[in-house]
Amino acid sequence: MDLVTFGVQLLNAVQYGMVLFLVASGLTLVFGILGVINLAHGAFYMLGAYLAYWIAAYTGSFWIAMVAGVVIAFAVGLVLENVFIRRLYGRDHLVQVLLSFGLILVIDEVREILFGKDVHAVAPPAWLAGSIQLTDNLSYPVYRLAICGFCLIVAAAIFIVITRTKIGMIVRAGAENREMTRVLGIRFDVVNRYVFAVGIALAALGGIVIAPISTVFPGMGDGMLILSFVVVVLGGIGSVAGAAVGALLIGLTDTFGKVFFPSVSSILIYVLMAAVLLWRPNGILGRREV
Amino acid sequence: MAETASTIALRATGLHKRFGGLRAVSNVSIDVHVGEIHAVIGPNGAGKSTLVNLLSGELLANGGAIMLDDTDITRLPPDRRARHGLGRAYQKTTIFPKFTVHENVRLAAQARSPRPLRMFGSVRSDATVGDLAARAIARVGLTAQAKIVASALSHGEQRQLEIAMVLATDPRIILLDEPLAGMGQAEARGIIDLISSLKAGRAVLLVEHDMDAVFELADRLTVMHDGRVIAGGSPQEVRMHPAVRAAYLGDQGDAA
Amino acid sequence: MRKAIIPVALLACAIALPFAAPTYYVQFVSKAFIMGILAMALNLVVGHGGMVSLCHAAFFGLAGYILALLSPGYDAASLLATLPAAMAAAAASALVIGALALRTRGVYFIMVTLAFGEMLFFLFHDTDIAGGSDGAYVNAKPEIAVAGYRLLDLASPLAFYFVVLAFLIATVAVLTMLVRSPFGHALAAARDNERRARSLGFPIYRIRLIAFVISGAIAGLAGYFAAAQFGFVAPQMLGWHLSATVLVMVLIGGLRSVTGPLIGALVLIGLEEVLKASTDYWKLAEGLIIIVIVLALPGGVRQLWPMIFGQGSDEPPPRPAASAVAESRNG
Repeated sequence: MDLVTFGVQLLNAVQYGMVLFLVASGLTLVFGILGVINLAHGAFYMLGAYLAYWIAAYTGSFWIAMVAGVVIAFAVGLVLENVFIRRLYGRDHLVQVLLSFGLILVIDEVREILFGKDVHAVAPPAWLAGSIQLTDNLSYPVYRLAICGFCLIVAAAIFIVITRTKIGMIVRAGAENREMTRVLGIRFDVVNRYVFAVGIALAALGGIVIAPISTVFPGMGDGMLILSFVVVVLGGIGSVAGAAVGALLIGLTDTFGKVFFPSVSSILIYVLMAAVLLWRPNGILGRREV
Repeated sequence: MAETASTIALRATGLHKRFGGLRAVSNVSIDVHVGEIHAVIGPNGAGKSTLVNLLSGELLANGGAIMLDDTDITRLPPDRRARHGLGRAYQKTTIFPKFTVHENVRLAAQARSPRPLRMFGSVRSDATVGDLAARAIARVGLTAQAKIVASALSHGEQRQLEIAMVLATDPRIILLDEPLAGMGQAEARGIIDLISSLKAGRAVLLVEHDMDAVFELADRLTVMHDGRVIAGGSPQEVRMHPAVRAAYLGDQGDAA
Repeated sequence: MRKAIIPVALLACAIALPFAAPTYYVQFVSKAFIMGILAMALNLVVGHGGMVSLCHAAFFGLAGYILALLSPGYDAASLLATLPAAMAAAAASALVIGALALRTRGVYFIMVTLAFGEMLFFLFHDTDIAGGSDGAYVNAKPEIAVAGYRLLDLASPLAFYFVVLAFLIATVAVLTMLVRSPFGHALAAARDNERRARSLGFPIYRIRLIAFVISGAIAGLAGYFAAAQFGFVAPQMLGWHLSATVLVMVLIGGLRSVTGPLIGALVLIGLEEVLKASTDYWKLAEGLIIIVIVLALPGGVRQLWPMIFGQGSDEPPPRPAASAVAESRNG
């Protein structure tokens, strides 16, 4: 592998890891603050991609699709938290798992009613549609570079919120430390609602930005859910920095696994997870006891 | 009984435990003899609970060694230590709340039986385990409550149950972590009498804040402060020890 | 007396059913029994062990695939050879996955089991081991033959039904024995208070791993018969949607008993059948019903009994096997 090809693969790995981070950070935030394990997280990723396809097809603009998709997902998140999720606080994990599984069935069927079950492609915005010529016979799509840049901005925003704001303090303190929030004068029910909506919006955003370089298909949420779980297990639950580390590790493992060990590449990330479980069962950046 | 009072059941030497930068326990050595109640006292944050957790195996020491009779248990997990004869009662009552009193104690007896994980036959079919449990329940005076679900017991009764569970494992050494915490005068009296009867044929290590009870029960004392042992000896010696009076008893008035 | 009447009556009904009902219903009940075996196996881990596993479909599907792979072309496989092999494969994969997953607790355990289960799914989905994403056929149902003489042929729906019924009864017997044994009590003790159980001397990790492996093996038993019945295996058989569906059965039946999940399986499969017949959007309806059940009846359909038959019915006093979920139910 020459240096240019290596660089291209590295970019692919980082870009993949970045999108994984978007989705997984939403999952880990929701668990870290609400204490709820949300299996429907992947379904919102899928929903985001379908919304992007659908809105872009109607309006002809990817940007409108992106903004509208995130806003719709956020609104759906607010409603779902109010109707269902808030009943799960402090409940058994089993109940949380099954309620969110019920939600997946509902979301899948609603998607089928609204958008059908066809596979779709979404065009990237025109000025990002080109490629950069790297060598005579090797080019790199501008849109993938744009994803990297965009995800970096979102990640930076997440880290600023977490390190500089009151809500961020709660995130870092963890869900169990609810006393503190009373001292800080924050209404937990409101925080919960917005955190859940933000988590959902991050999942949808991941689906939206991935839509132009992947296909939009019904089962895409399941695959992303599993990957997000592996990210969270690798990084440590509730830790956004851990999600970043886990996401990049998976991006690298998967991308270079496909290059070097194509026959076993789909198993590699699970081998990685097994290794981390043997080494640090609570994740690379996880708290000791969960 | 062939054992004399000088038999050492548990010997810890030079224990260290750090939590990040904090030295919770440093260079602590302690011997607990059969037939003796050895009390560990010290102000809050002295490292007493950490010491108990190191001895029971819930925390692993960063340095030092722990011998239980002739076995080095320094690196063993809690369940293996229990099978070697170490019993522990917790500071916060930690029984099995949904099981009855008898089932709680029977589980304890089962844990030390030759085949604790037998898959064939009902739990009721093992008469030896059942008898052991019944005797431990009688010993702490809970026979009348044996069929009651543990969560329905009073606080004092739950402490009795806790001790019955430890007794049912027939340990060589019992670690008691604040057995009198949160207890009224009358309830405490019964538990104190019970504790004083435990040392026959066994070693008892007692961590307790109630100084009257400690000086009544203890045959020997170890005083901890800031993670270190600052004094040790008989109750008389400890009471007179200047460092102890300064560091600990001083701010409690004259104990005992 | 009363305690014995109900199971005996139910058993009599189960035996009489194939002589009274059309073949379609016999096959339908066979399928429900197979899912009941799977749900009861899962409940050993979830209800009695307190571990929410999302990879039991992988053990179920793996055993089915073993039957497909061991079936010789268009001839019938030997039940006595392939069933133990299928269960052993399920148990072995449960041993490996359990050994890793049990290093974690709670929500981690859920995520890790889900991920490893999906690894097995992708193993069969992405490789050519057995037809990839298209799946593979089990062309002939297994049989027991001695010296060329066929003693048992599962191709007959009646024979299949009774074999499944026999294994169902065996599963109930084995699980009941386990739950009442010292092992079962230690498992429940570890669920209720892990720290205390360990300090008494119980090796928690080993206890849980043993339960997980036994549960995986029984899930394999169910998967074997499911593959035999459908004559077909596909990767979806290992997918986590099935694991979650079986968890719903467990919750419907209640986590406290051995046979509750069997009732849960009958209820949910019956419900699916009704929904499929009445609406195109049956998954939407099923999803909503699951949500309602989870929110309204966290203790399972058992909770309905006092409501229907009035208070003071058979509600048993708190028992050792009482579950963590049962405690959190309202009122």
